[in-house]
Amino acid sequence: MANNAPNGTIRLEIFRYSPDKGEEPKFQTYEVPFREDWVVLDAINYIKDELDGTLTYRWSCRMGVCGSCGMMVNGIPKLSCSAFLRDYYPNTIRVEPLANFPVTRDLVIQLDDFIGKLKSIQPWIIRKDGEKPVSEGEYLQSPAEHARFKDFSMCINCMLCYSACPVYGLETNFLGPAAIALAQRYNLDSRDQGRSQRQEEVASHEGIWQCTFVGECSAVCPKHVDPAAAIQQAKLSSTIDWFQEVLWPWGGKK
Amino acid sequence: MKPYIRPMPRDWWLQRLPYLSFMAREVSSIFVAAYVVVFMVMLQRISQGPEAYQTFLDSLQSSLAILFHIVALAFALIHTLSWFSLTPKAMMLHIGEDRVPSGLILGSHYVAWIAISAFVAWMILKS
Repeated sequence: MANNAPNGTIRLEIFRYSPDKGEEPKFQTYEVPFREDWVVLDAINYIKDELDGTLTYRWSCRMGVCGSCGMMVNGIPKLSCSAFLRDYYPNTIRVEPLANFPVTRDLVIQLDDFIGKLKSIQPWIIRKDGEKPVSEGEYLQSPAEHARFKDFSMCINCMLCYSACPVYGLETNFLGPAAIALAQRYNLDSRDQGRSQRQEEVASHEGIWQCTFVGECSAVCPKHVDPAAAIQQAKLSSTIDWFQEVLWPWGGKK
Repeated sequence: MKPYIRPMPRDWWLQRLPYLSFMAREVSSIFVAAYVVVFMVMLQRISQGPEAYQTFLDSLQSSLAILFHIVALAFALIHTLSWFSLTPKAMMLHIGEDRVPSGLILGSHYVAWIAISAFVAWMILKS
């Protein structure tokens, strides 16, 4: 069997919502050629090109880098460019927009809440006395210091972790996995001095203490960022802060 | 342009196995707490003398008490195993550039658990 030759068809049930029609969302079924090397995004592109041009969705790179094409595939948040049809064939695949986010149209969700949270944790290197001039050279870092935060820096902002998190589903004010992982990425960076500035957001009730450690954020992460680990680590260091402040009179407030 | 907000179903925790096992871990703490209450009552009865302690032991012979202890044991095991399996996430240790493998962190927890349990059993049973 040649790898590219069509081999029967596969059905996709796709969530459709049109805000201007004022209708309730519905599922629409499409039949597309089944190919061994096709992913769900290829099938959706086929629908858009050949069957129904009104289908709306986000995508860009097709190779798991840009983080645009996250969707619920059979109820599990996935990058649709990395979900192969062959893993579901011959069953029908149900495709929905990422859970826990408001739906703008069809498979497109509203990102504003996530973008705001991302910004709120100040995801950049903060120096107490401002950055030194370029002429003074760079801030050096050893490979061991880099390894401390490298995993947390791999996030592509695809928001699958927010979709997998029931805490975020129930309490949308939760800062959420990716934003906390990114805060931790900078807090652990040996060049950064901004931890105390981020603590107000991160160590609040809406921050790390809202997390009940379901752990699904790490399970669905396509980049193995492990936000659940970042959150537990942040809880540990915030607890140490608290002990230092309360039980260590001369420790002082950081 | 009104966005569509999908309500979170009440039975969200029944819809996927990882969510169900999370809920089992959370519920397990109720049984662990209930067992602690039984244990404290036992300590109180011991302080009241041998007769009170014997009455307490007799009351544990009822089938309801036995059923409670079996269920509490099952949930205590779920509680321990599920929390132990999360320790590599909570303890992210590095030696130089390498992250300490999660199997090592998990394994050392089990070794410590068995060692402490064996020590406690030895303390109780030696007499």
